[in-house]
Amino acid sequence: MDKTKTMSAPGNISFRVPSYQEIMEKLRIKKASRPYKQIKWEVFFKRSLVAIAILMVLLVIGIFFTLVVQSVPSIKALGIKYLWGKTWNPVTNEYGAYPFLLGTLLTSFLALIISIPFSFAVGIYLGEYNTKGWLSNLLKNAVELIAAVPSVIYGFWALVVLVPLVRAIEIKLGVVPYGIGIFTASVVLAIMIIPYAASIGREMIKIVPQSLKEGAYSLGATRYEVIKSVILPYTKSGLFAGILLSLGRALGETMAVTMVIGNTSIIPTSIFAPGNTMASVIANEFTEADRSVYLSALIELGLVLFLVTVVINMIGKRIIKRFTR
Amino acid sequence: MIKNPRIQYRKTKSTGFQFLIYLLAFIITLPLIAIIVYIFREGVSNINWNFLTNVPKPVGEIGGGIANALLGSVLIVLTASVIAIPIGIMCGIYLSENTTGRLSYWSRLAVDILQGIPSIVIGIVIYFWLVKPIGTFSAVSGSVALSIMMLPIIIRSTEETLKLIPFSLKEAGLALGLPYHRVILKVIVPCGVSGILSGVMLSVARIAGETAPLLFTAFGNPYLSANLGKPMQSLPLLIFNYATSPYEDWHNLAWGASLILLIWVLLLNILTKLTTKKWNVQL
Repeated sequence: MDKTKTMSAPGNISFRVPSYQEIMEKLRIKKASRPYKQIKWEVFFKRSLVAIAILMVLLVIGIFFTLVVQSVPSIKALGIKYLWGKTWNPVTNEYGAYPFLLGTLLTSFLALIISIPFSFAVGIYLGEYNTKGWLSNLLKNAVELIAAVPSVIYGFWALVVLVPLVRAIEIKLGVVPYGIGIFTASVVLAIMIIPYAASIGREMIKIVPQSLKEGAYSLGATRYEVIKSVILPYTKSGLFAGILLSLGRALGETMAVTMVIGNTSIIPTSIFAPGNTMASVIANEFTEADRSVYLSALIELGLVLFLVTVVINMIGKRIIKRFTR
Repeated sequence: MIKNPRIQYRKTKSTGFQFLIYLLAFIITLPLIAIIVYIFREGVSNINWNFLTNVPKPVGEIGGGIANALLGSVLIVLTASVIAIPIGIMCGIYLSENTTGRLSYWSRLAVDILQGIPSIVIGIVIYFWLVKPIGTFSAVSGSVALSIMMLPIIIRSTEETLKLIPFSLKEAGLALGLPYHRVILKVIVPCGVSGILSGVMLSVARIAGETAPLLFTAFGNPYLSANLGKPMQSLPLLIFNYATSPYEDWHNLAWGASLILLIWVLLLNILTKLTTKKWNVQL
């Protein structure tokens, strides 16, 4: 037996030690195969990127289909008149979404009306009057922090601080002092949505060409006149998009509204009356829904909410994209 | 000085408008200050060691804490991050690499739609995807719901950051013979890491306070639990349940929990701001 070529281990197992050339050959093959391995990885990496991009599309389609499929029993049983049925009474198996549609529209638009002066003011202040410096930075960060505070904390604060305040106002006005109700919910919502319209307004007002403003100033316009007849007309569609995006936000907001709106399924008679929005009724009744039609009716509300917010958001984003290009 | 009444009038109007704008712009900081001050005032007295290490006691008993919610929140958010961060960054890479093309158009549209979906709707959908087939509310289904909410933020920030990185860097890497995935992972991504990181932190801050998707998924649990397959309490859920209860003790617990949640979220936001300032990312 050749001593350099084979070795024997105890137990009569013997194996051949490879020669120098063989080792080198193996190494060379390994070296040559490295690029192939890299190419394999590269292909794998590219494919997984594509797969994840497809996953995003599938995720959205999946969400939509789940909502549609799950609301089929309610669509079948209740038909299209579900949307303007006036009574919602799960005990007697009556389902009409009108109180919630009305509640959602009332709170959202009221919140929008309350918030618009403030969000425009912030946009104009940060975009025109004071674009740099610590004071404008402070305000900008404060506005962003308003968006950061969790909605459940807004709800809790409103329940303890805002509700007694509103109740006092209601006593002065001579309406039934519930405290909770559509008006309170709108005020909380207004605070929560200000940052969205404000930051978009600021971006839009900032990109108004300097030459346009200078032209107006050189004709003798005051600052107010420049804002009114140059900046606002120029940024009209952008500001509108900002309002749309904050509306989309207001429609879908759940927790803060649920905590202060009062949660009754009766059609609200005034803005101080308690009511319910689509999101809040889902949050309140989803885990209690014991019949398939009841559950499915709630999901149909979710489907409506989904479609409305998606459409509003898409329109808003389209406008902004067209505007900034 | 021109003493023309018309010009005088216009100037006064302009000053008045400016004053109005200043006033309205700064009024909106009042609710923010009011909320922060109020929560600090109500919350600070409740926070002590027992508060952080005990589970809630039944109504009527003094003491009790929010250990279950703290642990639950951390676990749920961590799991959500583990799911969302790799997927979000990968998708962001794809979108920044492919600016045109049919798939990137649809994918970008999908991300836009995801961003606009109300959180409660995501809760409903995950209920049917995970809770109903498994047969029990579980923390992991809450994490999945939250991760879907994190995705658009991470994807957007990754995409925008990577778009800013000079093309020459990528070319240099490719010219050295580096394969594509190494150019991306070893050159492009490290260059944009602070932008991506700020997006991740922002998304964590966003979901840490989310309640609506957890209502039908993580559900809440009055006991200390670290089992991801079982219902779990989280801070926002605890605040919601206890704030709407009529008991004073539970309100106090909720104030303490609110303060901790608020500090958590605000700190993350401030950290994000510092990193974005350094990197100059647009989110």
